[in-house]
Amino acid sequence: MIPDRFEYVAPSSVAEAVGLLQRYGAEAKVLAGGHSLIPLMKLRLASPRYLVDINRIRGLAQLQEDDGTLGVGALTRHADLETSELIRSRYPLLADAARVIADPLVRNMGTLAGSLAHADPAGDWGAAMLAVRAQVVATGPRRDRTIPIDEFFVDTFTTTLGPDEIVSEIRVPKPSPRSGGAYLKVERKVGDFAIAAVGTYVVLDEKGACRQVGIGLCNVGATSLRAKRAEETLRGRVPDEKAIADAARAASEECDPASDLRGPAEYKRDLVRVLIGRALRRAVQRAKGGA
Amino acid sequence: MVISHALGARIKRREDPRLITGRAIYVDDLNFAGMVHVAIVRSPHAHATIRSIDTTAARRAPGVVAVWTGEDVKARCGPLPVGPRIKEMKAPKRFPLVIDGVVRHVGDPVAAVVATTMDAARDASDLVEVDYEPLPSVQDPEAALEPGAPILHQDLGTNVCFRMTYGGGNVEEAFAGADVVVKTRIVQQRLIPAAMETRGVVAQYKGGELTVWTSTQIPHVVKTTLAETVRLPEHEIHVIAPEVGGGFGSKLDVYGEEGLVAALALALGRPVKWIESRRENFIATIHGRGQIDYVELAAHHDGTVAGLRVRAIADLGAYSQLLTPGVPTNTGLMCCGCYRIPNAHAEVIGVFTNRTPTDAYRGAGRPEATFLIERAMDLLAAELKMDPVEVRRKNFIPPAAFPYKTPTGAVYDSGNYERALDKALERADYRALRDEQAKLRKQGRYLGIGIATYVEITGLGAVAGLSGGNWESATVRVEPTGKVTVLTGTSPHGQGEETTFAQIVSDRLGVPVEDVVVLHGDTRAVPHGVGTFGSRTTPVGGSAVYVAAEKVKDKAVQIAAHLLEAAPADISTDGARFTVRGSPERSVEFKDVARMAYKAYKLPAGMEPGLDVTHFFVPKERVFPFGTHLCVVEVDPDTGEVTFRRYIAVDDCGNILNPLLVAGQIHGGIVQGLAQAIYEGVTYDDEGQLLTGTFAEYVVPQATDVPAFELDHTVTPSPHNPLGAKGVGEAGTIGATPAVVNAILDALAPFGVKDLQMPITPRRVWEALEGNSASR
Repeated sequence: MIPDRFEYVAPSSVAEAVGLLQRYGAEAKVLAGGHSLIPLMKLRLASPRYLVDINRIRGLAQLQEDDGTLGVGALTRHADLETSELIRSRYPLLADAARVIADPLVRNMGTLAGSLAHADPAGDWGAAMLAVRAQVVATGPRRDRTIPIDEFFVDTFTTTLGPDEIVSEIRVPKPSPRSGGAYLKVERKVGDFAIAAVGTYVVLDEKGACRQVGIGLCNVGATSLRAKRAEETLRGRVPDEKAIADAARAASEECDPASDLRGPAEYKRDLVRVLIGRALRRAVQRAKGGA
Repeated sequence: MVISHALGARIKRREDPRLITGRAIYVDDLNFAGMVHVAIVRSPHAHATIRSIDTTAARRAPGVVAVWTGEDVKARCGPLPVGPRIKEMKAPKRFPLVIDGVVRHVGDPVAAVVATTMDAARDASDLVEVDYEPLPSVQDPEAALEPGAPILHQDLGTNVCFRMTYGGGNVEEAFAGADVVVKTRIVQQRLIPAAMETRGVVAQYKGGELTVWTSTQIPHVVKTTLAETVRLPEHEIHVIAPEVGGGFGSKLDVYGEEGLVAALALALGRPVKWIESRRENFIATIHGRGQIDYVELAAHHDGTVAGLRVRAIADLGAYSQLLTPGVPTNTGLMCCGCYRIPNAHAEVIGVFTNRTPTDAYRGAGRPEATFLIERAMDLLAAELKMDPVEVRRKNFIPPAAFPYKTPTGAVYDSGNYERALDKALERADYRALRDEQAKLRKQGRYLGIGIATYVEITGLGAVAGLSGGNWESATVRVEPTGKVTVLTGTSPHGQGEETTFAQIVSDRLGVPVEDVVVLHGDTRAVPHGVGTFGSRTTPVGGSAVYVAAEKVKDKAVQIAAHLLEAAPADISTDGARFTVRGSPERSVEFKDVARMAYKAYKLPAGMEPGLDVTHFFVPKERVFPFGTHLCVVEVDPDTGEVTFRRYIAVDDCGNILNPLLVAGQIHGGIVQGLAQAIYEGVTYDDEGQLLTGTFAEYVVPQATDVPAFELDHTVTPSPHNPLGAKGVGEAGTIGATPAVVNAILDALAPFGVKDLQMPITPRRVWEALEGNSASR
C-alpha cells in the first residue's frame, strides 16, 4: 500500500501544467481528485514518475450555464454537482448520477473531468455524458480543442486526449423544452462500481414523440457505451410501453458486458434491459413535467 | 444481583472521547529513535516449492538493514501454537517464516526485509528473488478429501487434520420412523474479518526486557507463547496491547509476525516495526467461516422433529492456527439449536486446503450451527406447509427443562425461547406482515419475512492452548484517596468494558463511576489473564471484577467496624459512608476507610494493610444467550436486488449491565451477520488466487446498506455467574444471517426457489429466477 517513488509538481496555471506534460510526456499523470489514480498507485498498478497536481490552479471549478451550454470545470467535484440547485432543477440525469457515484468521501474529492479522462468503463459520468452529448474541452500547447464525447473514449483507460493535453472543461448542452433525463444504477452496495447503470435523455416534440434520444451505458463494455440502436429504435416514436420495451431490448443486445464477480454477462444484459425500461419511463415522465 | 443506579444504567462509553478525537494510541502511532521497519515477501503461489531465494539485490538496496529468510528463523525461533489439541489431531508445525521450503497459500511469508524506513523496506522487498516451482494445489475442502488430491503436509500423509463426532440417541431409527426428511447442503463461504486497524507489531529489546506492542485480543497468551518462540524467559517479556482497532477474532491468535518482529528486535538490537498493509490483511490474517454442511432433518407430520444428521467439512486453510479446530467443533456441539431433538449426530471434519488459514471470526462455529438448523427448520415448515413460527414453537426446549443437555453434549444453563419469539412477533405485528405479503404478491411485489431463533454459547475459553482454562482475573484496588483502579486480565478492544467494569465496581462499592479507572492489555500492569473473545469478557472477566469488589467491600466493612468500635455485622453502608446501625452519628466515610487501610497501626490485629484484592474467577459452566431475529425484505425479481424493510431483534443476554453498550454490540453483530447473508464472500480462482483481494471487490456494507434496527430484549439471568450475565458480542451475528436468508427465500417462495448460496447478491437472485423462468 506504499506507492513507488514519484516527483510531485503543483503548477499554478493550466499553461504551466501543459508545459510540464510536454516535458514529461507519458511519465506524467495529472492529479485532480485522485480517487482513481491514488489507489492504483498504492497497489503499484500505476507508477507515474511525475504527478502534476492541478488542484492549485485557480478558475477550474466552475459550474455555470452560458452560451447554450453548462460548463463544468476540471476541478468541479462530484459533490458540487450533487448539491447544486442548478443541476437539481435543470439537469435531472446529472443530478441522479452525481448521487450514486461512489460514496460521499469520494464525491467530495473526485471530479467529472478526471473521471472522463480516466476512462474507466465503470465510471458513471461516461454513460451520463454520452446520453446528453457532452463535449470535452482539451487544453494543450496550441489552442483548445473541443472533442465530442462520442469521439473521446477509445478503449478501457484510453481516450483521444493527447499526452500533453488536459481536460479543462466539460460542456453539456442546455436542456431543451420538453426534455427529461434519468440515471439508474444497480450496485452490490452503496459506493460500489455499477453492476450495470444507464443514463437516458429524451426530448419530446409537441405531439409527444421522441425528437431526440440519448442513452448511455455504464460498465457493460470496454468503454462507456452509447446505445445507438436503442436510440434509433425510439427516435420519432411516441415512448409508449411497446416503444420503450423495443429500445430496452435493443440496448441489451448492443451492450457488450464481461462476466466477472458482479455477475455473468447474460445477467448484465438483462439488467440493462430492465434499467433502460425504468430510466426511459422516468425520463419521459420528467419531460412531461413530472418528478 | 441487584440492578442499581450504576449497573443497568445507560452510561456513555468512557473510552469514546479519546477514540473519536484521534487521541488514542495504536501500534502504528509508536515511534522510537533508531526504529527499523519490516516488509514481508509473501508467496504469490497457492502451493510451490522454493528452489532458491536470492536476497543479494535486496541487501544492497538503500536503507536495508537485514533480510531474513526461513534459514534465519530456523536458527532463532521455535514454533508457534497450532490449536487446542483435540483427539487424534494432525497439525503441522508453523514458524514465523516458511522454513521447510514449501509455500502453502498465497500470502505465506517467505522473507522479511528490514530497512530504516517503511518505504525503503517496501521497495527492497521487490528485489528479493524467489525461485518457485509451482505444485498442484487444492482449493475445495471436499476435493482435498478425495484420493489423489495434492497433499499440503507430506509428513502428515493426509489433508485431514481431525474428525470429531457429536451426538446421542438413535439417529438411524429416528430417520427410519419419520414421516418427512428435508435435506440441504450449505456453503458457509469464507469471510474476511476486516478490522478497521490491520495487524501491527512493534518490538524493542532494552535493559534486559523485550517489550512487544501488538494489535491483539490476547496479550497474555502472546507473552507466554513468545517465550518459546523467541526463546526468552517469560518474565523478561512484556506484551502490551495498546488501542486495538477491532479484532472480531482475527487478532485472537499468535501470528508469525509477532515472533518475527520480536526475534528481529533481539537480533538487531533496534526497535522494529511491522504494520500490515490492507492487501496483506486480506491474505495473511485469518479468514472466518469456510464450512460445507450437509444437513438432514427428520420429522413427523405434526412438525415434531425426530432426528438431525450433520456432516460438516471445515476448510481450515493451509495451517492450524491458535484455535482453528475449535471453530467447526462448536458447530457440532451447537447444531441442535433451540430445539429438543432427541436423536442427533454430527460429524465434523477439518481439512487442509491451499488457502489462507481460517480461525475464529465473530461467532466462531455458532453462526454455522444456527444457520444450518434454522434453514432446516424453514425447509421443514415449507415441506409440511406449516408456518415457520409454529414449527419452531412445537420443538422449543421448554423453560422447565433447564439446565438442558443436548444430545451433542452442550448443557444449556437457562432459557425461555418462546418468550423472545413472542416478543419479536408482537413487535413486528407478524399477522399483519403476512397479510401485507399476500396483498403485495398479487401486485407482483415480493415481500419476505424471515425468522431465526438462536441459542449460542459464550464464556468460552476452556481450551488447552489458552493458559489452561475458562477463567479470568481481576484486581480491584482502592487507592489511599478512595479512588479505584481496576486491573483486568481481559483485553477489550472496542467492547466498552472500561465503562461496564467501572459500573460493576461502582455498584458494589458505591463509589461514583468517574472514580473508577479500568486498565487492561499490559502484561506488566495487570495480573495474568486470558483475553477478550468468545463473548466472555463480561460474564467471566466481569464476574472476576464483581467478586474482587465484593471482597474489597467485606474488608472495608471490617476496617470501618474497627474504626467505629462496632461489630462488622452492625455496619451498614451506602458506599460513600459506613454507619453503625441505629447510631447514625457513628459513621466514617469511604475515603477515610481507604486511607486507614494503608495505615497498618489503625487496622485490626492480624489484618494485612491495603484495600486491594485480586480474584481469579472460574465460572461453573458456560452460558447460553438466545433470542429471535425477524427480518423483512423486499426482493426485486427483475434486478435481483434485496431491500431491507424491517429488522427486529429480541435478544436475551441475561442481566443487562449497560443497555447502550448491549445495543451497540447487537447493532454491529447484526451488520456482520447480514453482511454474510447478502454482501460478503471470499472468492478464489482455481489456482488459489484471491479474487476478492481489495475492498473494491470484497463487499463490506456501510451504514447506508443496512436497515434501522428495532431492538428489544428479554431477561433470563444465568445461574452460573454472580452478574447473571451472558455475553452479547456475537449474538447479533449469529441471529442475523439465517434471519436474512430465510426472509429472502420466503420472498422467493412463489418462484419455487428453495435454497440460495450466500452471499445472496443480485446476480444470485437473478440466476435463481432465470432457472425458474417458467414460473415468471
